[in-house]
Amino acid sequence: MEWEVVIGLETHTQLKTNTKIFSGASTAFGAEPNTQACEVSIALPGVLPVLNREAVNCAIKFGLAVNAEIAPRSVFARKNYFYPDLPKGYQISQYELPVVGKGAVTIQVPAVGKHPAYEKVVNITRAHLEEDAGKSVHGAVEGMSGIDLNRAGTPLLEIVTEPDMRSAAEAVAYAKKLHELVQWIGICDGNMQEGSFRCDVNVSVRKKGSDTLGTRREIKNLNSFKFMQQAIEYETRWQIETLEDGGTIQQATVLFNPDTGETRAMRSKEEANDYRYFPDPDLLPLTISEEDKARVKAQMPELPEAMKARFEAEFGLTSYDAATLTASRELADFFVQTVHAGAEAKPAANWVMGAVSAKLNAEEKSLTDSPVNPNQLASLLKRIADNTISNNAAKQVFEALWNGEGDVDAIIAAKGLKQESDSGAIEAIIDEVLKANPAMVEEFKAGKEKAFNALVGQAMKASKGKANPAQVNEILKKKLS
Amino acid sequence: MLQTKKISSVELTQTFLGRIAQHNPNINAYIALDEAKSLAQAKAADALIAAGKAEPLTGIPIAQKDIFCAKDWPTTCGSKMLANFVAPYDAHVITQFDAVGAVNLGKTNMDEFAMGSSNETSYFGGVKNPWDTERVPGGSSGGSAAAVAARLCAAATGTDTGGSIRQPASLCGFTGLKPTYGVVSRYGMIAFASSLDQAGPMAKSAEDCALMMNVMAGFDERDSTSLNREKEDYTRDLAKPLQGLRVGLPKEFFAEGLDAGVGKVIDEAIAAYKKLGAEIVEISLPNTGLSIPVYYVLAPAEASSNLSRYDGVRYGHRTAEYSDLMDMYCKSRAEGFGAEVKRRILIGTYVLSAGYYDAYYLKAQQIRRLIAEDFVEAFKQCDVIMGPAAPSTAFKAGEKVDDPVAMYLQDIYTISTNLAGLPGMSVPAGFSNGLPVGLQIIGNYFDEARMLNVAHQYQQVTDWHLQMPQGIE
Repeated sequence: MEWEVVIGLETHTQLKTNTKIFSGASTAFGAEPNTQACEVSIALPGVLPVLNREAVNCAIKFGLAVNAEIAPRSVFARKNYFYPDLPKGYQISQYELPVVGKGAVTIQVPAVGKHPAYEKVVNITRAHLEEDAGKSVHGAVEGMSGIDLNRAGTPLLEIVTEPDMRSAAEAVAYAKKLHELVQWIGICDGNMQEGSFRCDVNVSVRKKGSDTLGTRREIKNLNSFKFMQQAIEYETRWQIETLEDGGTIQQATVLFNPDTGETRAMRSKEEANDYRYFPDPDLLPLTISEEDKARVKAQMPELPEAMKARFEAEFGLTSYDAATLTASRELADFFVQTVHAGAEAKPAANWVMGAVSAKLNAEEKSLTDSPVNPNQLASLLKRIADNTISNNAAKQVFEALWNGEGDVDAIIAAKGLKQESDSGAIEAIIDEVLKANPAMVEEFKAGKEKAFNALVGQAMKASKGKANPAQVNEILKKKLS
Repeated sequence: MLQTKKISSVELTQTFLGRIAQHNPNINAYIALDEAKSLAQAKAADALIAAGKAEPLTGIPIAQKDIFCAKDWPTTCGSKMLANFVAPYDAHVITQFDAVGAVNLGKTNMDEFAMGSSNETSYFGGVKNPWDTERVPGGSSGGSAAAVAARLCAAATGTDTGGSIRQPASLCGFTGLKPTYGVVSRYGMIAFASSLDQAGPMAKSAEDCALMMNVMAGFDERDSTSLNREKEDYTRDLAKPLQGLRVGLPKEFFAEGLDAGVGKVIDEAIAAYKKLGAEIVEISLPNTGLSIPVYYVLAPAEASSNLSRYDGVRYGHRTAEYSDLMDMYCKSRAEGFGAEVKRRILIGTYVLSAGYYDAYYLKAQQIRRLIAEDFVEAFKQCDVIMGPAAPSTAFKAGEKVDDPVAMYLQDIYTISTNLAGLPGMSVPAGFSNGLPVGLQIIGNYFDEARMLNVAHQYQQVTDWHLQMPQGIE
């Protein structure tokens, strides 16, 4: 029997505001416990929330970026439950009327094995503003649990998708796309280790062709794409095996254990809280006018989709290259800066996606830490374009640039990599080679194409690699015809 | 008197502290006193007066309901849960009084978390009505009420969620005003039912209330429901004659349930207004009868959530011994809250529960709008609405404690204005069997200045507000 997995995501995106969503306390990460907990964060008697409009602007940016409806009026609601890290005994969130409505993002699902890469649209159900809880700290004092309320009240945008994804690869591609997008539009720092981007994944399975959804289990708080992939794959297998063994799936919340690679239920639906949502009487409904939207729109950077189309039109890049370069804001910026510094677009695209990305991956560095900057890369590409160095030599220069051995021209000079482009000198070398290798010449004339390449090789060798290969080809062809 | 330097603020404060020392052990109006702090403020006020920088309330000793957080003062809200809580910050109302150099005379007793109509739910014991110490002062601002009535302060603050300023003002014979919702900031005022809570003045006369309003009212960006309006002078219309004033009498306020003696006093007050030039219009507020059931869905719903923060984790009462987190929550809250608070938390939790929310909470919100619309219609026919503030005079302590519904009916005439967000006040209008009776005046939104005018003109021709209980001279 063929099974199909159905996946939807809920992502908690920590918004990049200076202060908390309902108070003036700082949101900076890593401070001493409870030093960023004002009277509102601690929920002293009598305190009241005041909405941080900057968080609203972040929500508007997101709504615009995914072509979503932005509610002219939305409502903050209280989600009531007791937990030590939840100081008020309720979380201020949005329930029936969220700030962002239906939207969509287009994802690129990479090729796997024989399956080629493809594009897919994932629909966004809604996105709503809410406050984060604090953190329980266990064991800081022997036998005691502590509460750090620095994070309590940090603004979050919870982004919910439709159950549109049909594989772990699609879910991960969506999560990565969303991760890039929220950084691209500047609403989230994307730091997954610090919890700025956390995903809950709803997984269910059904027989292929069925149009009803199976019972879902929710994998909570995944903070790495690798774990997400593993967790979904494990969960999918587990659900299919359970059903095939005649069992049933109970709706539940599960946690992924990276050490065992397994998911395990933390609570079933029966134990779930009744959150008793109701509109928060301390806050007025949130209103967003057309002017508010226009003002935010004016501050928005060019979005990836628009930039991709522009790269294709303006630089003649292929759709694939344009998509790759606009997968992240940093990569796109690096490419554009390289072009602006005088490089031709296509080689610039190839080098940014090729040598630069490979080096960064190998050294697990991000573009911001790249030892080679766009200006240096452009200088290098200009030296290829003006025939000063060959493509092969350029690789050596790049390596040296990466290791900080000076600027492009200095490296070329120091390593003697300048290629010979004087046709007279090249002709002389070729004449020598032809004279020294009469057998090869004979072979070529007898129809062996391979012999031509061997002669090119000899000429390059004789020039110690400095001869311009295109010129060598051209002159040799002429001489042999 | 302070500004003509007949008496200093220090002398005045000492006088009140002396009266408190004498009478408070019997009346139990104050929960917390701090002579040193009060006198230091009085001294600072005298310096302001000497420097010619005095405002009307500079140096005046004010009693603060213990619902307002006041920095370095115990702030208990009448509950064991907060019996040891010392506020680390000032409520907006406290800041406002500090800014004009008023003296904080002490924190007054109240029903626990403002839930009650007799002050009998206070963890710190009941408050006695100075007019008859066997009787209750009303609630929840019972301590402030008794303090004003017994002249244990110059004036006091109160809060009113369903009648907690007006009903005790009626039962203790002084003037109390609940402003339009949003006029006084709720910042630092411990929440009972956020959409209904409103602070206001409790004082001898309408004129004193107007001076208090000038200090208390005003926009505060820390309260999202605070209204950003221009500052107004609430004394500006006090002297206006009442010729042509249209007074609406809702027939529902004079129906079954109103004590005959109280009704008679109100009729006499209306007659006095006629003499002052008012014309009487009969009106109807058809949904009045629904106000109590609606209130007892909405207020407990909000309270059940507002009181969730008292969990024993960060401050407040924590049980001595517990086996795990759930046990700590349960025991701390079971020990920290009194019966009435628990009752309302249970009701509130129930009406918000999945499956009941639509039938109770949503329905109540719909009826709340109908009640507000009743008033919109009524104010097309009249300028102010009058009626009793409470259905009876002060009742005996213990009389209604075992009958919550009878207790809830104390607020039958006051609750609908909270639901509508309208301003209401209680003005001394006479006595029934030796006990004070309050006339309620309800105004349209932001009509406080006019209501104060209406009350002030009455107080120019009557002396009910100047009467004092015996035995406390």
